[in-house]
Amino acid sequence: MVQLTINGKPSEVEVAEDTPLLWVLRDTLGLTGTKYGCGMALCGACTVHVDGAPIRSCITPVSAVSGKTVTTIEGLSADRSHPVQRAWLEIDVPQCGYCQSGQIMSAAALLAGNRSPSDADIDVAMAGNICRCGTYPRIRKAIHRAAELAGKEG
Amino acid sequence: MAQVPTALVVPPLSRRGFLQSSVRVSAGLVIAMYLPGCGKPGNVAGGSGPAKQVVANAWLRIGTDGTITVLCDRSEMGQGVHTALPTLIAEELGVAPESVTVQVAPTDAVYVNSLLGTQATGGSTSVRDAWEKLRMAGAEARARLVAVAAKEWGAPPASCSVADGYVTFTTRRKSFGELAEAAAALPKPENVQLLDKGEFKYIGKPQRRLDTAAKVDGSARFGIDMRLPGMLYAALAQSPELGGKVGSFDDAKAKGMPGVRHVVQTASGVAVIADSWWQAKQARDALSIKWQPGPNARLDNAAIYAGLKSAAASGKGRVARDDGDADGGLKAASKRVESVYELPMLAHATMEPQNCTVEFKDGACHVHAPTQAQQFAQAAAMAAAGLPAEQVFVHTTFLGGGYGRRLDVDFIPAAVECAKAAGAPVKLLWTREDDTSHDKYRPPARNTCRAGLDAQGKLTAFKLQLVAPSITARWAPAAVKDSVDPFAIEAAHNFPYAQNVHIDYVRHEIGIDVGYWRSVSHALNCFTVESFVDEVAVEAGKDPYQFRREHLKQARWQAVLDAVAQKARWGNAPEGRHQGIALMSGYDTYLAQVAEISVQGTQLKIHRIVCVVDCGQMVNPDIVRAQAEGGIVFGLTAALHGDIAIAGGKVREQNFNDYRLLRINEVPQIDVYLLDSDEKPGGMGEPTVALVAPAVCNAIYAATRKRLRALPIAKQGFDL
Repeated sequence: MVQLTINGKPSEVEVAEDTPLLWVLRDTLGLTGTKYGCGMALCGACTVHVDGAPIRSCITPVSAVSGKTVTTIEGLSADRSHPVQRAWLEIDVPQCGYCQSGQIMSAAALLAGNRSPSDADIDVAMAGNICRCGTYPRIRKAIHRAAELAGKEG
Repeated sequence: MAQVPTALVVPPLSRRGFLQSSVRVSAGLVIAMYLPGCGKPGNVAGGSGPAKQVVANAWLRIGTDGTITVLCDRSEMGQGVHTALPTLIAEELGVAPESVTVQVAPTDAVYVNSLLGTQATGGSTSVRDAWEKLRMAGAEARARLVAVAAKEWGAPPASCSVADGYVTFTTRRKSFGELAEAAAALPKPENVQLLDKGEFKYIGKPQRRLDTAAKVDGSARFGIDMRLPGMLYAALAQSPELGGKVGSFDDAKAKGMPGVRHVVQTASGVAVIADSWWQAKQARDALSIKWQPGPNARLDNAAIYAGLKSAAASGKGRVARDDGDADGGLKAASKRVESVYELPMLAHATMEPQNCTVEFKDGACHVHAPTQAQQFAQAAAMAAAGLPAEQVFVHTTFLGGGYGRRLDVDFIPAAVECAKAAGAPVKLLWTREDDTSHDKYRPPARNTCRAGLDAQGKLTAFKLQLVAPSITARWAPAAVKDSVDPFAIEAAHNFPYAQNVHIDYVRHEIGIDVGYWRSVSHALNCFTVESFVDEVAVEAGKDPYQFRREHLKQARWQAVLDAVAQKARWGNAPEGRHQGIALMSGYDTYLAQVAEISVQGTQLKIHRIVCVVDCGQMVNPDIVRAQAEGGIVFGLTAALHGDIAIAGGKVREQNFNDYRLLRINEVPQIDVYLLDSDEKPGGMGEPTVALVAPAVCNAIYAATRKRLRALPIAKQGFDL
């Protein structure tokens, strides 16, 4: 039994402690917005926040987040109102969309710690997230836009 | 000219699903029918009770409450069909695209893609196939709605207008919902007129995608996200040697592992079925399997390329084009140029690994799959389930990337076998390693070019021999005419620069399946032709842009070439940077690209790619732009890094550490310019991919005088 707080809700899951968080989220809890891409922390599709920091849930044993706060794409906002989501909508970033939960979670974590990231900051923060459709130019544009949107709120 | 061959495949078709009780008329539309369970028309009188969905035709339902549902019969894999195709219907119906609900169409003969001959999404055909068909579907529905209202008002139909879900005449108006049932009961309208381009409110203007919202909050459902009551999860062990088979296996350890329910030998390997996928995967890895490696046990890249080389030497090709007198032109030339180009195999690497969920229910087999080929998926499931078409239903999910990978249906049968064996719904998911090492790879190729120049530096002849295995011979054998795979000669057989042109195609099989990979042979042949034309320009002592310009006869080719030269400031690159140019027509689209690079020692940097596109009329220019941008990243990834190597019948690359995909920090500035056009729409899902490698390699030549005749660039002595 592992105790977790996922998107603000405490939950207990009966899984082996070494089960990667990704599969607990997807298969045990039905939070399928977080995606499997590589299983080796190479692509970032599985990115979620643990106590606010972006981590790759595909290589994170569920026991490692016991007692911690996990936020997935489903919990980023209730209504797509997070500045990153609004910017993504405004710029129509996604193509196939498969990697975008991970991209958005990485971008949200970047903006949480850096209100006005430079292109170089974006390169560093987002280099772990692969987009096979090649939406990178729009991801970059949308992160700058999200920073503006967040600034207006701020 | 480059055309996707029509009627590639004519598989057995089924007529089922919601159309089963419908009346089919000559135009393929379905009229005046009510959905099962929605009651008979008489029951709607008085407007009480729940809203009913009236089937206007195969693509359109109008609710008695005015809701409009469009059935999209092409797979959404990022290219925007769930926006573009509904836009075509919405335009003619006079409603905003964002006001319609998009549903995925079932598998049915009415949805066959006329450019592919089967219900499939590929070949950048979706808009080209739908352009008139779906606008007509909307226009016919509009004509019916108007006819009903006009009759009621005693008004001339031509004086009635349609907008925002209402038919209006002077001060009167009626909603589509009020008119829907009577409209559907009318006979098929005659002489339906499509709107003129000048009347379009939505087509040709950037519109928001209809699927973005679901893709920013995690709610978009891909195949991998399927969840069904009582569903089990499967992981599949497949022979590491491509084409190998299970000899024997010991599953004692696997069966004792937590959550494991079944171990099943399938036609393609051994599957472990468990309560969760992680458990299934762990137990799969614990299987002890003796594989019979089969005929490819000694296959490696050296053998593959030696085979292509000897096939080239044998010269046993089929003529793909023969215009003028190429041999005479070569003979008469004052200078001759010859070069050989080699192209590597590539994996598709969709971010969503291959997967399929199958449920047997009430005697039917339900297949939930991210597929580009519904009728092929159905046929594969029919064979594995032992059921006829009437009892096999394919439900298409969102696709986490397609790029041609999911035109193949190799991931479907094992899921059917698992669900059958388990007596429960099963989701079978490949690992990334399974996916990379069991793809249907882009064909390798060896292409030989010959050209002649006269004393003035004009091309006297062009000869090309293409040597590659055939995809279409496996996927749609009937489409391979006279041994020429029509997909193998793309972007070669429309060579625009000379009158004396001879092209041979030599089909040489390599022992493993090859597959359609985004832009297919456009990528192979555009690299070959546009690199070679650059070489010839150098031999002619001409500027590569000017040389092309002087040899082009057709306006659309010239226009994109001139536009890219202007937009990229050809010949005026910033200090230390060098430019390369490439030109192509494919999918009824004309494009040109300029790559701007710098080289310091062996260090290569790609600074900018400028792309000019003339794809005829656009449904949604913002999606066109997105496809152009994404295609360039896709093409640059392949040009720089893409390479699948085989040793001992096994694929060496396994995951993103050894099959590299470009990341955000590696992507140059990309500038896309879309030309206005009144031409019919061209395809945009693929073409920009193909020009990147030649444009970049031509720039590398400009910088270094080193001509790259093989890819990827990372393996040609450059650091990235």
